[in-house]
Amino acid sequence: MNTSDQYLKAIYLVQQVEDGPAATGKVADMLDVSPASANEMIGKLEADGFADHEKYKGVSLTDEGIVRAEQALQTYCIIERFLIEVLEVERFREEAKALQTVIDSTVAERLDTIIDRRSECPSCFSAEDDVCQHIECELVETADSEIAD
Amino acid sequence: MSVTRTVGSDHQLARLLQIGMVLEEVVEARAYKHAQSTDIDLEEDVLELLEEAAEESAEHRSRLEALIDELEAEPVAFEKIEPLVEAQYGKTKPDDFDGVLYDQLCNEETAYKFYDDVIGAIAASETSFSIDRAELVSVLESIREEEREGVEEVTELMETHQ
Repeated sequence: MNTSDQYLKAIYLVQQVEDGPAATGKVADMLDVSPASANEMIGKLEADGFADHEKYKGVSLTDEGIVRAEQALQTYCIIERFLIEVLEVERFREEAKALQTVIDSTVAERLDTIIDRRSECPSCFSAEDDVCQHIECELVETADSEIAD
Repeated sequence: MSVTRTVGSDHQLARLLQIGMVLEEVVEARAYKHAQSTDIDLEEDVLELLEEAAEESAEHRSRLEALIDELEAEPVAFEKIEPLVEAQYGKTKPDDFDGVLYDQLCNEETAYKFYDDVIGAIAASETSFSIDRAELVSVLESIREEEREGVEEVTELMETHQ
């Protein structure tokens, strides 16, 4: 996933949590980059027609930006689900964040042929938990059954 | 975390090589499934292509496995991936002859893109890996080259059957 797609995904998720425009600082925090870098990239996204930035309010995605962000989020969901279901990685959030810089959407589509992902993906992604809400349920269920055993 | 395409540790490198192994195993398992399919009548040259693709993927995965071993990480067994391909094959299988070739083209193109991105990310990384970087890149470049040739072969076959 390229840098602009990572930003679009981050803005999309911050907007979901905030239920409004995303503060540049929160986008920078989510991506672990400096506010200056975030400002620069948001300016580029605005110039490309993917986002609107309003001073003191924050950044909002345009319709075109939302489409791209949802595609990027879907790629991320595939990576997370692949790490959990196939490679059984415990720290899947941390690893998915690192891998998303290298794993492209075409590669994710192939990985998608061996995982069990819901048709509503990525709308079931929980921004607060940074994971698909169904995966979160499945993990809790697994943990509960392990405790019961 | 960084938004830059790079490989920051042995652990991340091993994880990427594991993903490479899985991609090869998916190609191998899907090629076998296509070849065994009784729904689609495949000509001899296509069956030959599928067989060669499966053999090449098996060879690639053994080269990746050697690198993963050197990194002291766990390889991903074909026996683990094959049932996953089998389980989802019904939902993702090609419907016709063209679909088989298109699926094979996607396999080769995806693998090429994957190795190209990993090689780029290694080049952008300043990490000192515990395995020899030149050997690592040489193996990945050679696999990438074979994937490029694979794309050409499938494209030629598609043109022949048009």
